[in-house]
Amino acid sequence: MTDPTTTLSRNPLDLDESRTFLDANELVINMGPQHPATHGVLRVILKLDGEKVLGTECVIGYLHRGVEKIAENRTYTMFNPYVDRMDYVAAVSNALGYCEAVEKLLNVEAPPRARYIRSILTELNRIASHQLWLGTHALDIGAMTPLFYTFRDREEILKIFEKYCGARLTTHAFRIGGCQYETYDGFEKDVLNFLQFVAPKIDEYEELLTTNRIWVERTKNIGVISAKDCIALGVTGPVLRASGVKWDLRKAQPYAAYKDFDFEIPIGQNGDTYDRYIVRMAEMRQSLRIIRQAVDAIPEGPIMAKVPKVIKPAVGEIYHSIEAPKGELGYFIVSDGSTQPYRVRVRPPSFVNLQALDLMVRGALVADVIAVIGTLDIVLGEVDR
Amino acid sequence: MSEETKTPPPPEGGAQPAAPKPAAPAPAAPPKPAAPAKPAGPVPLPWDSPLVAKYKRQFGSGLEAQSYLGQNYFTVDSSLIPNFLLLLRDDEGFDYCVDITAVHYPKREKQFDLVWILYSHGKNERIRVKTQIAETDTPPSSVAIWPTANWLEREVFDMFGIRFEGHPDMKRILLPDGWKGYPLRKDYGIIQQDTEWVQINLGIESGQ
Amino acid sequence: MLSYLQSYLGGDALTPGQAGNQLWALIYILVIFAGVSVVVMAMNWIERKALAHMQVRLGPMRVGPHGLLQPIADALKLMLKEDIIPARADSFVFWIAPLIGLLSAFTVYIVIPFGPTQAVTDMNIGILFMLGVSSLSVLGVVMAGWASNSNYPLIGALRSSAQMVSYEVAMGLAVVSAVLMTSVGGIGMYDVAGDGIGTLSMIGIVQAQQAQHVWFLFKFFPLGLIAFFIFAVAMIAETNRAPFDLPEAESELTAGFHTEYSGLRWSLFMLAEYAAMVAVSSIAVTLWLGGWLRPFPNALAGPTWDFIFSLFPGLTFLALGAIGMFGFVRMPAHPFFRVQKLGLGGFAAVLALIGVLLLAIPFAARGHEGTILAGFAAGLSAVYWFIAKVAVFMYLYIWYRATFPRYRFDQLMSVGWKVLLPIALAVLIATAAVGVLIPVIQVWFKGRAG
Repeated sequence: MTDPTTTLSRNPLDLDESRTFLDANELVINMGPQHPATHGVLRVILKLDGEKVLGTECVIGYLHRGVEKIAENRTYTMFNPYVDRMDYVAAVSNALGYCEAVEKLLNVEAPPRARYIRSILTELNRIASHQLWLGTHALDIGAMTPLFYTFRDREEILKIFEKYCGARLTTHAFRIGGCQYETYDGFEKDVLNFLQFVAPKIDEYEELLTTNRIWVERTKNIGVISAKDCIALGVTGPVLRASGVKWDLRKAQPYAAYKDFDFEIPIGQNGDTYDRYIVRMAEMRQSLRIIRQAVDAIPEGPIMAKVPKVIKPAVGEIYHSIEAPKGELGYFIVSDGSTQPYRVRVRPPSFVNLQALDLMVRGALVADVIAVIGTLDIVLGEVDR
Repeated sequence: MSEETKTPPPPEGGAQPAAPKPAAPAPAAPPKPAAPAKPAGPVPLPWDSPLVAKYKRQFGSGLEAQSYLGQNYFTVDSSLIPNFLLLLRDDEGFDYCVDITAVHYPKREKQFDLVWILYSHGKNERIRVKTQIAETDTPPSSVAIWPTANWLEREVFDMFGIRFEGHPDMKRILLPDGWKGYPLRKDYGIIQQDTEWVQINLGIESGQ
Repeated sequence: MLSYLQSYLGGDALTPGQAGNQLWALIYILVIFAGVSVVVMAMNWIERKALAHMQVRLGPMRVGPHGLLQPIADALKLMLKEDIIPARADSFVFWIAPLIGLLSAFTVYIVIPFGPTQAVTDMNIGILFMLGVSSLSVLGVVMAGWASNSNYPLIGALRSSAQMVSYEVAMGLAVVSAVLMTSVGGIGMYDVAGDGIGTLSMIGIVQAQQAQHVWFLFKFFPLGLIAFFIFAVAMIAETNRAPFDLPEAESELTAGFHTEYSGLRWSLFMLAEYAAMVAVSSIAVTLWLGGWLRPFPNALAGPTWDFIFSLFPGLTFLALGAIGMFGFVRMPAHPFFRVQKLGLGGFAAVLALIGVLLLAIPFAARGHEGTILAGFAAGLSAVYWFIAKVAVFMYLYIWYRATFPRYRFDQLMSVGWKVLLPIALAVLIATAAVGVLIPVIQVWFKGRAG
């Protein structure tokens, strides 16, 4: 493999204040941390020539809450709700990754029924996350209406969450060793109804955007990133798949109940914003497929494995990762044999994916920066932790 | 070691079952039903494979290979670091650096464990590389090997104060530039803060 | 005094400006200014409601029944807000910029013909005046962006000036092809080729459409249609509305050129924007959709048809009143809604009353041709049809905004220069050629026949 760094050289921005911006050839513009299109408190410093982007620098950390430090001062169980607050639009995925990582460290496995429930909820959450992404991404590009359509439909998912565990956003749905709650009466019917409800809605989003001339012009060949660069930069999730790499942890290293399901990994060819849009739309449909299979085949049985009341894993360390809606979400947990983790490292997909922003927008226009930030699907809660 | 994995095609992860390839031999971890979570717990086992044998020959005692709960990792001497990682990338196809992080053991002489989590798209295999460094050490940066290491190393610096030699832009990433202290070190308290910075920059007495 | 007031009403087919009647001109100006301001406020409410319903939400619901008083509440809020001028801004330019935008938007209304005599004045260069003055609004935008001394407004202002200048060209060419049509007859229509002299006067253009028995939209099919389409696209770009709202692209430039503005000054920009929207829609209606002419003024001529069409204003208001009543009936009978319900009922009743009044006028005027009342009824009908046509455009503005993503700046420029401009040129040349050829052919055919 050739050295990928040659294509990725960074030149830090020159923020010399002594030049007034009108005398200089380069215009330095500060986008964020309070900006309508940075999806939270992301601050991007753009170096512009007219409207052309010469370079960017991301300034992050405005939402840093020290999640990893908190983990070291909480027991394994107490830390569980905190992970929901990282990628707060996909809280269920976060919880799944954490619970499975601790289970792996304890060397126990959640019972099959729990794993099915986990898969259903996680896939529902993936749809919700993608819907939120689509709405905000389209809003960034100027199409207002999809935002409201997606929020209307996301509401149905949140209703299911609320009925299942009482919370809508930060669900705290899973526990170490399985699930706290058995499904409520009519859960399966609700989920199946939702599947029927949302399938035509996804077509509706596509009707608004997929062939819309302005949408295509705004997204085709924008923010192109090659498969090689994606891997070198550690980019995962739909962004990687849109560049043509057929890699999805649900298939590559199945967790929960994913090895029981039959589904495709949608991939793109060009690695541009449009392909990422198409990939995510296709992923929503695949999620529907997975949920249907899971609901049909959900086994009976216990929902909690035998886990000690006080969780005290043996000395050792473990890395476990899942395919969150944004990419590979990993947990590296070091245990010193006590009730509190010695170290919890979260491998956040948004954080790593955001690193590709600079490469993707060099030479593009300001409007493309917005489109690319949107297409990376970052959540600042997860970037900053 | 198979040389054809040097330039792996995009993996067709969807088509094949996820069983580890022969290169990663079936881990000798205790079978799961037999090992409920008893306090003694599982222990690291030696990890044997052609890959390990090859590098053992090359690097000798500077390198140890173990496996814990089915996850394989190398523990290497810090002097091997840039070369060994480069070999893993170029010869073994570990083209994707998942994460770089550190663990702080204040009581040890070499206080920090530096951990690289690597993944090979070609082999669908995940390994970890660990090394121990002292507080004053400046390990070489791996940005030239995996560009993704850029922010990951910056975060390690931000949280642990480990400076990477040869990093293009070694500065804090999550915390403000002028912040004093490295929060993820064990001697940094959970409610500790850089009071001076908070008072000057936020204009408040305390962030707590 | 009374006779002086009536001096214009009974007069000939002249606008007050032409008649030199300054009092009536002043009254017209006041009426137009108040009317446009009211329309802008109404437009504010309608846009929010229509957009909301397209986007499966309710829009304003709290202030007044169905949010009817929301624009008033907003206006009050904006007036009471602190007036901020950034410390490093050029305060004089900052202060004058919204005024320039507002002035240029409102000055245009001088020549807009709401009816055959219902305009402040009729200039023989009316359309040129209109294009010229409305282009001045870019000055306000650029000044606002410059004076703010901030990066986002500056980029917004630069975008705006480039955009408005480039779309002005295509717009102008489309207008010229419509002006050409005033001078030439159409196939199978009257032989009005006559002297072959066209007109730039707004009233003259509408009268030409009446004389030629065709809206210019359908003249030289499809040339008129294409020219109209170019104008319709260019006018959205000209008024900086979605999908061409780059100067104030919210997601990119926070609020573009008016990022630093607040309170009343900001509302002046909004007022200017909506006033400009109405103004350019009026140009489009005047040039291509027959201005104040009711549908089929020639095919369905005669006093009876005139009478039937003059019932429309009243019927429209009655229909609006009925919708209001429907909402009144549907509102829950809970005491919580009592005030709102009464308000909505009262509003519907007022609308219905206006409708009845408007219906009464044509009835009263029937059979009294030549009186002031009949003139008033005819004028009312003309103004109604003009406003109805403009309203269609205003609705389209809202519809576009709900449907389209935003163009990128370079794409916008390339659409303007590479697509609209060549087509506009081609249409202009084709219109001129067809206009010259048709009389020649007609003469040739007559010669053969004779």
